[in-house]
Amino acid sequence: MSTPETVLAVNDLRVRFRTLDGVVDAVKGINLRVGAGETVAIVGESGSGKSQTMMAAMRLLASNGEATGSVDYRGRNLLTLSKSGLNEVRGRKITMIFQEPMTSLDPLYTIGNQLIEPIQRHRKLGASAAREEALKLLRLVKIPDPERRMKSYPYEMSGGQRQRVMIAMALANDPDILIADEPTTALDVTIQAQILTLLAELQRKLGMAIVFITHDLGIVRRFADRVYVMRQGEVVEEGATEAVFSAPNHAYTKMLLSAEPTGRKAPPSPNAPVLLEGRNVEVVFKIGGGFLAGDPMQLRAVDRINIALKKGQTIGIVGESGSGKSTLGRALLRLLPSEGGVRFENRDISKADRGEMRPLRRELQLVFQDPFGSLSPRMTVGQIITEGLLVHEPSLSRKQRDERACQALEEVGLDPFVRNRYPHEFSGGQRQRIAIARAMILKPKVVVLDEPTSALDRSVQKQIVELLRKLQKDHDLSYLFISHDLAVVRAMADYLIVMKQGKIVEEGMTDAIFDNPREEYTQTLMAAAMDPTKFRLSA
Amino acid sequence: MFFYLLRRLLTAIPTMFVIVTIAFFLIRVAPGGPFNQERGLSPEIKANLEAQFGLNDPLWLQYWNYLKNLLHGDFGPSYNLPDFTVAELFSEGLKVSIPLGLSALIVALLLGGTLGIIAALNQNKSGDYAVIAVATAGSTIPTFVIAPIIQLLFGLTWKLLPVGGWGGGAFINMVGPVLTLALPQMAIVARLMRGSMIESLRSHHIRTARAMGLSDWSVVVKHALRGAVLPIVSYAGPAAAALLTGSIVVETIFAIPGVGRYFVQAALNRDYTLVMGTVVVIALFTIVFNLIVDIMYAVVDPRVRYD
Repeated sequence: MSTPETVLAVNDLRVRFRTLDGVVDAVKGINLRVGAGETVAIVGESGSGKSQTMMAAMRLLASNGEATGSVDYRGRNLLTLSKSGLNEVRGRKITMIFQEPMTSLDPLYTIGNQLIEPIQRHRKLGASAAREEALKLLRLVKIPDPERRMKSYPYEMSGGQRQRVMIAMALANDPDILIADEPTTALDVTIQAQILTLLAELQRKLGMAIVFITHDLGIVRRFADRVYVMRQGEVVEEGATEAVFSAPNHAYTKMLLSAEPTGRKAPPSPNAPVLLEGRNVEVVFKIGGGFLAGDPMQLRAVDRINIALKKGQTIGIVGESGSGKSTLGRALLRLLPSEGGVRFENRDISKADRGEMRPLRRELQLVFQDPFGSLSPRMTVGQIITEGLLVHEPSLSRKQRDERACQALEEVGLDPFVRNRYPHEFSGGQRQRIAIARAMILKPKVVVLDEPTSALDRSVQKQIVELLRKLQKDHDLSYLFISHDLAVVRAMADYLIVMKQGKIVEEGMTDAIFDNPREEYTQTLMAAAMDPTKFRLSA
Repeated sequence: MFFYLLRRLLTAIPTMFVIVTIAFFLIRVAPGGPFNQERGLSPEIKANLEAQFGLNDPLWLQYWNYLKNLLHGDFGPSYNLPDFTVAELFSEGLKVSIPLGLSALIVALLLGGTLGIIAALNQNKSGDYAVIAVATAGSTIPTFVIAPIIQLLFGLTWKLLPVGGWGGGAFINMVGPVLTLALPQMAIVARLMRGSMIESLRSHHIRTARAMGLSDWSVVVKHALRGAVLPIVSYAGPAAAALLTGSIVVETIFAIPGVGRYFVQAALNRDYTLVMGTVVVIALFTIVFNLIVDIMYAVVDPRVRYD
């Protein structure tokens, strides 16, 4: 394969941000090269500087950011180009799509209006010609009913459709380079697969180069010709994708490649007692309604679900966003009003009021997805994890509570010394450990884990999964593990429930479902998440 | 949208009723009455007056009669200005207060909005600090300081403007009072605008607009400003209700016959009907302007749908 002509060359790029804590070096002098029509991936975990590299190239850094070095697009240094010169390249020759499909379109203008604007800006087209062009683009990205969609506002469309619109905008002026910054991270797996397939198709059709910024090695393997591995602002390894994947040189790349959670969970003994049981659990949300506004709309988030969690068991609940999996978890903990029966240790708790539930709360714990939002920023770690003890074991002295805090922190692999610090001083993975310590300190029997690893990098995910498995073994815990991430679920759960639109689509032993999914929906989910060879981009 | 408006107007009726009821009884709880004056009237005259205005009736009957008259648009006579009905006082006064308040509102929104945008675009640079300084000064210096300064400089020293008087609403007479009224509002609008514009400029869709190579004008005005204007719209509703119902300070200093002074006079004199008239007018303005705000919201933001 001959080396294609270089269209984008990044030379000794440095990006630094002036913050209240001093100057932060986000990118520390890196070199990258993108050839015409080539697919290049920049991989790395959060904070590696992979996004800021391309933000700097597009001159989209936050106002406290500063870039030095050079970013040459066909001989023009984008970093020093005049504003008008820059705007002839941006949106025309180099375009970009982003991680946040929900917020990347202007909510106040129609899709048509937003598509037409860059077309008219970069090509001297009349209104009706630009409109035709926009319609053509919507067809190109396979938006159904494009005529009608031209008049839609972003809020009327799903995340996947919005990302398609973003792609249409990015391709509007037949660019040389498309920069895709984690374009599928915020989307459900089946939608991810559709968007990736679409990008691959469009590249084949239009021949632009694609720069993929991602943390997802599966995507890199499927799509990229060449890959740059970034860590802490530096490129630690680069090369052809196949070479890097088959024989990684740098220790960090090796670590990333082995970061997929492994191992399987053995099912509990067949005569383990059922701890938490839901019968015909149903949660209905009422939307709208009121004085002169008619009856409210009813949304059945959880639709008559039966579930029985045994001692020592982990039930994985998978499904895409809106499938009702989190709602089910909360309903089983009686954190949401629901219909149907809920039994805990053979006691009906479906009618228990707050006072009756309170002593049970310590046994039924919940860990959330967001390790940043779920810890109070104004309390020390010690205060956060011992707060539950004040309610459930009020007889403990301050000293005893402190001892328990130390134990809990040690158990989750943190130095007890950290208990006087505040959450913002910790990384995402450490915060999730704190959140787990907060649940564990009460010695619960059942823990509902609501996407506990979704906000974390892969290598950190693996550590959290291992921690959760160890805690389960040590304390004979039962988990309800809610996740959209099938790789993590496979490593965690011995029993699997697949949910869609509030209903159970399929359930059974985890390995049985993974090896032989019966329902079409499950098969789609598995294919989209697991099969790394299904799509292959430029050969 | 039509049914939404209808519903809002219908819910305004019980709201008004509650406000009128609370105000009616509250003012009667206050000690004294409309005819307790410093130079005390003779008991006979006082009794006659009270009988004439029905103040001897049981309170529930007075309340009932007031409500009945109110439904017919009759606010009753003013007790302390017996030559006028309350309705006459307000219709005359509002002819002055509404144009005055409206002008001040427009000036505050236009100037304050512009200053806020300039500050946001120059965040943490000298332009920003200048606007913040003006805004802080504007909201801390009270009107009773600003007004005499304007009179002194523009009226006496440079003789550009009349010192006071309404002059039938002549432009030249309005400049001083409008500026005085607008200045503190302008300061608030500028600060609000700056904040929401900075936030808007940081949003993801602005990043998209820049990445698409759109012009600065389009990025700032078409995409950032439209979203940023919503907090200003919410603020403008109550602000309009306050501005359009007059200001005793500005009316007193510039000798303007608006409605602002009635609020204070009526309360001090226990002029029950005038107090009630004031309450009804302010409540009505507040309700109407909040409704306008909600309509404006739907106009600016297509996601806001009322049905």
